[in-house]
Amino acid sequence: MADGTYPDDLRYHEEHDWARIEGDQATLGITWYAQDSLGEVVFFDPPEVGATIQKDSSYAEVESVKAVSDVIAPLSGEIVEVNDALQDNPEKVNEDPYGDGWLVKVRLSSPEEAEMLLGAAEYRKMLDR
Amino acid sequence: MAESRRTPLFEQHVDLGAKVVPFAGWEMPVTYEGIREEHSAVRRHVGMFDVSHMGEVEVEGPGALAFLQRVLSNDVARIEIGAAQYSCLCQGDGGVLDDLFAYRLGGDRYLIVTNAANHETDLAWLGRQSREFEVIVRDVADRYAMLAVQGPHARQVLSSALGIELPPRFHVSHVRVGRRPALACGTGYTGEDGVELLIDPEVAAPIWSELLDAGVVPCGLGARDTLRLEVCFPLHGNELTPERNPIEAGLGWCCKEETGFVGSEAIARARAVGTAETLVAFKIEGQGIPREGNPVLHEGEPVGVVTSGTFSPSLELGAGMAYVSSQLAEAGTEIEIDVRGKRRPARIASKPLYAKRS
Repeated sequence: MADGTYPDDLRYHEEHDWARIEGDQATLGITWYAQDSLGEVVFFDPPEVGATIQKDSSYAEVESVKAVSDVIAPLSGEIVEVNDALQDNPEKVNEDPYGDGWLVKVRLSSPEEAEMLLGAAEYRKMLDR
Repeated sequence: MAESRRTPLFEQHVDLGAKVVPFAGWEMPVTYEGIREEHSAVRRHVGMFDVSHMGEVEVEGPGALAFLQRVLSNDVARIEIGAAQYSCLCQGDGGVLDDLFAYRLGGDRYLIVTNAANHETDLAWLGRQSREFEVIVRDVADRYAMLAVQGPHARQVLSSALGIELPPRFHVSHVRVGRRPALACGTGYTGEDGVELLIDPEVAAPIWSELLDAGVVPCGLGARDTLRLEVCFPLHGNELTPERNPIEAGLGWCCKEETGFVGSEAIARARAVGTAETLVAFKIEGQGIPREGNPVLHEGEPVGVVTSGTFSPSLELGAGMAYVSSQLAEAGTEIEIDVRGKRRPARIASKPLYAKRS
């Protein structure tokens, strides 16, 4: 099986989510490991724009043919955009988990939470355990 | 917890990168390359499933027919030598202990194939019921590995790769596979044409490789479930349980009460007066994927529960089966499925959900 990739410019949450932080905003998604464990994503049930999400709590669901997985927020904030392209092409989450397969963009309410997230090397180390 | 068992093909599954999960006490492949791909291989070409976890029970002796007529719901007297028949194994109140195929291998020799999760309880039940019959009930599960080769090209690929004569649908033939005696059964659980091979576990690995080389796509239990669900084949443990009788499950066609089988009186009553609930198929209209255990609503009121739900790879939408109040069990009825708090509009559909275009 092909090994996962974990870009260095992202921050990672133990529940297999990533955040790309740009100022007071962040783009969120699930990691290569998460999409590989889940299998082919067939449905992404997004939160509404304007909804508040809480670090370490579920904010959405992704589903494969046989399984449902909660998506855990790596950071707290307010949803400013959801990836609408996933409605027609949910498989993007598998094909390009850090690019076209992003899930939501949030305005961060507590940017300092980012310090609690893992770097790519630390996340990888956690997966190896 | 008892240790999980492995089929003779476990190494092959690992080598192919299968995702292996515990299932009914076995470590089984759920998928190799992806459920959708495997599903469509079976619908369009040919796929193979290692179903060696399923159990086999041989019933032999002068009382074999009388005994099976007593324990199985269908009319066993109609099975000719070399033929196969689907039945329920019922308890006295009509509850379904298992559903299975019985194959008549000889004059007074039958083989039944049990669901893995029920094999031990079936054996105990059959053993108890057999006391007053001149018959031997033998657990022969260890004698067989089982490969289900399914899809429109299954027969063609099998006969050219293995050089064996294949039985017609719902028949069984004695063949040789890997130079060992084997059984080829014209049955399956996918809604496609195909053959189930019962072979010597010793030759399972080379036969698996041979079929892989012939282009047969390895398929896991994930695709097996989506395939059977699209054609509305019930699964014991989901649609069928000891708390449900075959009538409410829509299996009245395989119950011949006049044979006097165990449970026949209760089933005759259920057939005559009707059942409170009926098993239906449904499709989600719009977004959402139903899952086992989701409540079914009608005009806001709870009217049933989902027994199996999935994303249907052929229909590309959420679909499933559910028990609902019998007065609502008509194709076209609008319902809602409560999917973890979100009400998803759905409609009761006629069975099967997926029908092959001919």
